Amino acid sequence: MKRHRNRFSVDWEDKVGRSKNYSGLLLAALIALPVGSVSAQTANTVKLGMVGELSGAGAPSGTNWRDGARLAVTEVNAAGGILGKKVEMPEYDTQTDPQVSRALVQKAIDEGVVAIIGTVYSGSTLVNMLVAKQNSIPQFVGSEAPTIVERGNPFVYRTSSGAQKGVPALTPYFKDTLKAKKVGVAWVNNEFGRGGRNVFIAEMKKAGIDVIIDVPSEQAQTDYAADVAKLKSANPDAVFVYMNQEESARFLIEAKKQTLPMPLVGEVTLTEAKVIELAGPAAEGAIAHVGVTATATEVPGIAAFAKSFEETFKRKPTHDAIKGYVGVWSTKYVMDMVGKTDGEAFSKKMKGLCLKVADHPKILLDTCWDDRGEMSRPSFMVQVKGGSPVVIGAVPAN
Amino acid sequence: MSQFLQVLLSGLATGAVYALVAIGFTLVWQAAQTVNFAQGEFVMVPAFFVLIGMHWLGLSFWISLLFGLVVSIVLLGLVFKKLIVEPILPHGGITLIIATMALGILLKESAKEFYGAEAQPFPALFPGDPINLFGAAVSLRDLLNLGISLGVVVLLTLFLNRTRTGRCMQATAQNPGVAEILGVDVKRMVLYTFLINAALAALASFLITPVYLAKFSNGETLGLIAFIAAIVGGFNQIRGALVGGLLIGVLDNLTATYVTAQYRAALPLVLLIAIILVRPQGLVGTSEGRAV
Amino acid sequence: MRGLSLHRSWRLLLIVALLAAAILLPLGQKNYFIYVLTSWLIFTIAAMGLNLTLGYAGQISLAQASFMALGAYTTALMTLAGWHWLVSLPVGLTLCFVVGLVLGYPALRVKGHFLAFVTLAFNTLVFLVLRNEEWLTGGTYGLSGMPRPEFGSFSTDKQLPFYYFTLGVTVLAALGLWAIVRSPWGRAFKALRENPIRAESLGVDTRRFTLLAFAIGSAYGGLAGALVTPLVQFIEPGSFGLAHSLRILLMVVVGGAGYFFGPFIGAAVVILLPEVLRFTEGYYLIIYSALVIVMLVFVPSGLIGIFGKLRARFWPRRQVRADMAEGARLP
Repeated sequence: MKRHRNRFSVDWEDKVGRSKNYSGLLLAALIALPVGSVSAQTANTVKLGMVGELSGAGAPSGTNWRDGARLAVTEVNAAGGILGKKVEMPEYDTQTDPQVSRALVQKAIDEGVVAIIGTVYSGSTLVNMLVAKQNSIPQFVGSEAPTIVERGNPFVYRTSSGAQKGVPALTPYFKDTLKAKKVGVAWVNNEFGRGGRNVFIAEMKKAGIDVIIDVPSEQAQTDYAADVAKLKSANPDAVFVYMNQEESARFLIEAKKQTLPMPLVGEVTLTEAKVIELAGPAAEGAIAHVGVTATATEVPGIAAFAKSFEETFKRKPTHDAIKGYVGVWSTKYVMDMVGKTDGEAFSKKMKGLCLKVADHPKILLDTCWDDRGEMSRPSFMVQVKGGSPVVIGAVPAN
Repeated sequence: MSQFLQVLLSGLATGAVYALVAIGFTLVWQAAQTVNFAQGEFVMVPAFFVLIGMHWLGLSFWISLLFGLVVSIVLLGLVFKKLIVEPILPHGGITLIIATMALGILLKESAKEFYGAEAQPFPALFPGDPINLFGAAVSLRDLLNLGISLGVVVLLTLFLNRTRTGRCMQATAQNPGVAEILGVDVKRMVLYTFLINAALAALASFLITPVYLAKFSNGETLGLIAFIAAIVGGFNQIRGALVGGLLIGVLDNLTATYVTAQYRAALPLVLLIAIILVRPQGLVGTSEGRAV
Repeated sequence: MRGLSLHRSWRLLLIVALLAAAILLPLGQKNYFIYVLTSWLIFTIAAMGLNLTLGYAGQISLAQASFMALGAYTTALMTLAGWHWLVSLPVGLTLCFVVGLVLGYPALRVKGHFLAFVTLAFNTLVFLVLRNEEWLTGGTYGLSGMPRPEFGSFSTDKQLPFYYFTLGVTVLAALGLWAIVRSPWGRAFKALRENPIRAESLGVDTRRFTLLAFAIGSAYGGLAGALVTPLVQFIEPGSFGLAHSLRILLMVVVGGAGYFFGPFIGAAVVILLPEVLRFTEGYYLIIYSALVIVMLVFVPSGLIGIFGKLRARFWPRRQVRADMAEGARLP
């Protein structure tokens, strides 16, 4: 069943025939390669391939993603597995390298996984989703760059809203709540940051708000003095801060030092527990729109998730952990609905699918996917008050 | 104007830390012909020793700092010298350089695997509350960074010029053969440079980590900037490293503010090529007495 | 001399056997395995070039991945614009060669390891240009959809033909390097490595030769990049960072800098090590870097050096390195 998916190898195997095939295998064995030792897929398990950033720059996101997924696999197995079969989740470390991630998605598929869980970094996802697509393997990703769902790939699905959904949810906040006329944007210059920044600028234009200052910064930048000084002298009514975790924390620390007076508003990361831990008192007052947050404990599913995550891993979950968790559970729910592990059927089912918490509690919030794999679900506005993020408003699904 | 002052002062404070790292780099380069490509990681790691002291051993912050300093001097000074530099140096400078690159990977990956991939908060040595200086916000921390770096340069210069040990170290750096004949314990002097380098790296680590946060990848850019600072300043002078460090700190911030934020990271290359073409001995360096 | 020619014929036999293995090995294997083999060949080419710079000319370059980027982006842009891969190749190689000259010229004017610092900083510049000049390079999103080359009826669209295509290019690249190393030029390189001061006193313009070695080595980086583009069919700036330059450098050192076959072994080790050390989970880079340091302490000449040592111990009359004898024979 797996073989017909490996488009590349099929006809060559046929042409070459078995005898030469054998010599190839012999040579492989001679140099003691641990390749080709693919365990024949036993009938009683379903394999999901966790491909993630377990090392390299993306390790913080990737390990959380992995742990969320691991927790979900344990729970899924306790609930009877997928299609009544036990779930196995081999893990593949991309080292935060897109090319390695591509090779590993191929490897996972060679080894017989029926779905890919990962990757988180958009740069990697953009590369490796081509392989999953070629092999018709469904793939749940934690990436938020807009382009991922704009490439007509019917096998890629998000586990959180892309920037082009999340950032527009902020527009009413800037326009109606803050009544901002001119704003600034500080963003990290990678595919994640640029995606969000481009959507933000387009949104502000539509809302008739001027973006008067645009400050890009480097990934892993440590010194934000110049960035904050520029924002300070431009003096916008509010600043949209779109960076990864540590960068957000360092930015907040410098902003506090230079007493940046205007509200700092972010998307997802700015009010995360890790950022608050790192920035300390400098995070006070920061505001963000969060698609899904472990702090939204008034949602019973999220509270239960956060509790068992903390019990298992001795630390608080991040939104990446929730995404990994949702990715595995969505795979289970949809595969059970389809009744088989076939990728094409899975893809068909995903188009316009809505999962309600009432029927599928582990999806945590009512979630829909459109026909491109983009997801939408209710979200929250959060502000850091007294050292912890507090939900200050709900945003309906858009 | 207040923006310019802000950027200038912040640049000086950051540059002061670059200078500390560059000084240690310069010392080791002179004394042992060792170009240490793990220098950035040498600054990243001590903060983790402190965190280990606090969170694993349950020591108080200040005792942990002391613990971190001692462990850094032993591991990054003594052990580095004895286990890596001494056996490899006879194989040639290039072999040693490559070994320090491998060491850099080793330290980085170890910090990540044994402590954690996520950034960690690090307690501040000094309060970071801003003081308003002609419209620019400067923290006590910034001023102390600057003061400590200047103090270290003054103390080290005094030590090298005024004490017997210091003069022996200088003699060793200039000509180990002659120094040996004159009865200097060359091996011991070289060891001292490694210990001083480790101590400076630890100091730099303790000063920057409250703001930069403890993260395994912090050494990557820091190392490069320290090399360039040393070269630009002139690496046969301690004050050269100071000048180079401060210059890069300030220029980096000015570039980001007034020229280009997108290309600010290219500044080190531009400075490096400019200095090689115009003044290869460095801004305050002298062309003679160059050890490498 | 008799021992030497015997040694040569053995080596020829070994090369033929290895080539046969390289042809037969991927047959009937899964895509991932063929992919790994292909990237082994590509990294071997990059490492061969760096070997010329490091092993023969004695200079550290930390920008081999950046030169791969130049080659990869040139190929990508030109093949996307409809040119054949064969047309884009010389353009990419020339670009790398010229950039190598421009970069190496100032760095090699002064003594010391300045090339290492300049190339270290150059990595950042290349990354910034690739990321910032979106109109040309696609910025952080990179370029995708590059076609694989076709040669008449031989299409490299599938993994196995592409592997053979890469193998062919690798063999040509190796032959090219062999010719360089054997030429009077190459002997000058070797004289340089064995004894720069003597080489200089014998009238070898060390700086010019070092610069040329670096520029040619960089062009090999470009060649590797030109193969990455059709292999991955998606390139973005992050794939050519400093970590990759370091990785290629360590390949050269681990295999044995200055040995012709060092890069093949070094690249194999670096590519296969994650597979072999999989059971150590995240620790394999720690183990690897520690092993590299241990190796540099005891056998700085790399894995080939270990073979050489063993051979010297058991067959002491043979030359450990034939090229050394020639280095000493230089006029």
